[in-house]
Amino acid sequence: MTFLNFLISGISLGSIYAIIALGYTMVYGIAKMLNFAHGDVIMVGSYICFFAVSRYEMPLLAGVVLAMAVCTVLGIVVERLAYKPLRQAPSLAVLITAIGVSYFLQNAAQLLWTSSPKVFPNAFVIKSVDSQGVETVKTGIQLFDGQLNISYVTLVTIAACVIIMAGLTLFTTYTKMGKAMRACSEDKGAAQLMGINVNGTISMTFAIGSALAAIAGVLLCSAYPTLVPTTGSMPGIKAFTAAVFGGIGSIPGALLGGILLGIIQIFTQAYISTQLADAVVFAVLIVVLLVKPAGLLGKQIREKV
Amino acid sequence: MMKKKFFALMMAMVMVLSLAACGGDSGTTDTPDSTDAPENTGTEATGAAFKLGGTGPLTGGAAIYGNAAKNGAQIAVDEINAMGGIQFELKYEDDTHDAEKAVNAYNALKDWGMQISLGSVTSKPCEATSAETYADRVFALTPSASSTGTIEGKDNMFQMCFMDPNQGTASAQYIADKGLGAKIAVIWKNDDPYSKGIHDTFIAKAAELGLQVVSDTTFADGNDTDFSVQLSDAQSNGADLVFLPMYYQPASLILAQANSKGYTPKWFGVDGMDGILTMDGFDTALAEGVMLLTPFNADSTDERTAAFVAKYQEQFGEIPNQFAADAYDCVYAYKQALEAAGATPDMSAEELCDLMIAQFTSMTFDGLTGESMTWDASGAVSKSPKGMVIENGAYVGLD
Repeated sequence: MTFLNFLISGISLGSIYAIIALGYTMVYGIAKMLNFAHGDVIMVGSYICFFAVSRYEMPLLAGVVLAMAVCTVLGIVVERLAYKPLRQAPSLAVLITAIGVSYFLQNAAQLLWTSSPKVFPNAFVIKSVDSQGVETVKTGIQLFDGQLNISYVTLVTIAACVIIMAGLTLFTTYTKMGKAMRACSEDKGAAQLMGINVNGTISMTFAIGSALAAIAGVLLCSAYPTLVPTTGSMPGIKAFTAAVFGGIGSIPGALLGGILLGIIQIFTQAYISTQLADAVVFAVLIVVLLVKPAGLLGKQIREKV
Repeated sequence: MMKKKFFALMMAMVMVLSLAACGGDSGTTDTPDSTDAPENTGTEATGAAFKLGGTGPLTGGAAIYGNAAKNGAQIAVDEINAMGGIQFELKYEDDTHDAEKAVNAYNALKDWGMQISLGSVTSKPCEATSAETYADRVFALTPSASSTGTIEGKDNMFQMCFMDPNQGTASAQYIADKGLGAKIAVIWKNDDPYSKGIHDTFIAKAAELGLQVVSDTTFADGNDTDFSVQLSDAQSNGADLVFLPMYYQPASLILAQANSKGYTPKWFGVDGMDGILTMDGFDTALAEGVMLLTPFNADSTDERTAAFVAKYQEQFGEIPNQFAADAYDCVYAYKQALEAAGATPDMSAEELCDLMIAQFTSMTFDGLTGESMTWDASGAVSKSPKGMVIENGAYVGLD
């Protein structure tokens, strides 16, 4: 039973990594750049939702929609101001810019919302009032006399992950915009010759990636409720690792990588040592990349010489 | 073309802004040859007041501590300046609980002409700045950096708080004396000298006292969100008391996750737990019954404490925690030592350093955080901690 409990903890942590990794992999797959500011867009989304829900008492769904709207605009603005002027620059310059944007967002958040931690309200609960008028708050499903505990946040996160993954796959396969995105990812120059608006397509990619970041932020903070301006950075890096693990650029790969990473982390803590969790996670990553350099589901692209 | 240039300009501004914001005071690191600065500081001082400087996390995850210490010290400085006699000029620089930034902040203070130092507020940065104050012969008295590394091998570095090992042994002693728990679990942060220091001595003392530690688990910076493994371990080993030597931010997550698992042991924290109640949006019901050892009790009926609490509440709108009280005590201890030594503000940092070492190793000081405190030559203070428990969202004395 403890094994099952750890497995569920692992999946629940992994699904959060997965949902963040989807944003990374989406932007990388299409724009061919690592958007290190993704983790900080998540943080901004969480703050927007936090203020909407706990200060202005909006329902959670409205908060999420508002956060998505703000993040979408933020994503487009960042792309316009910071990345678009560097479209022809070497990829290293864009990478450094992304790190700069990440620091900018963190420090801007610190100025705007101060650094003292906020506790994100857990909205994924079911409240019930019994006959004596005593209110009980359920945060999850208990199975086998309470030995197995699955929180609602976990269920919602996994469902959201699968829906988003399916949605993105369908979107890139069947819609016109999706096809344009795939064309841009293969060859920007050729896509332009075919009459595709490359800049517009890349902006669209950032818009979608940032809207996903807002959802990821709300789920991240509902599961692990402390919110500070650096909330997004560490999960962002872990999610990036997950994206590489699963094969960066591959949408199902992000999901697989994220969930495996979460499970490995929790199992290492549980069965090997709580001290070695990160060491083992990254050792596994190195082994996987040695055997499959493109990641678990990544496509091997042969360089023609 | 114009458009492109405009964007490039915007970009440059964004980058500069972000660098400036994250670097804090990094501009001062390029002070030419910092070793000869102490000689200059004395002559550069305005002459009327002692320049007192300190670094602390005024922003970042540990900001509650830095701001509390700064505010506490400010109240003491205002009081002392109003009395006439010795005058202080206080300046705090932000180190965001980061060792590298703390050294930058310290260099900024030295440029300003700091004569005596309040060290740093938290342990990791203070280990870095204390190496600098030692090399530059600037006397430092930290309100709250409690690790052994802070004072080890530095004759001019003193602490107002008790050292981590003392916190660990005192906690174990307290738990054993009061019979609070039979089976104990410890969850600690293995990349933090503060947490590790307390953990190591707690385990040693617990073994000596015959306390049974049934679960000993840890976490680090990258995996400080999910505590299900640590809590399961404690629960399945039947721990009825969980000792949390850490800061309040991870502690709040642990309390919340234990609550959703339905695990309700007794919780025992150390001084880093102080501040958990003032977190924005924190459900204080989760911290109900959490015990902690801290040298300061804001509910005390002691006249000076009550006056300090009232003043702090009036100026900053919250109940002061022990960091504020420690910093307040630091300033008063300086006042007492400077008066006894007959020091004048035109003395150089180096002269003051020798005088202060002589004073602090021989004097007895009464403050808010303890009566008749004394310091030994290593810089450690001797005073006794008080047990506190959180009841109805407020700290209440246990004894």
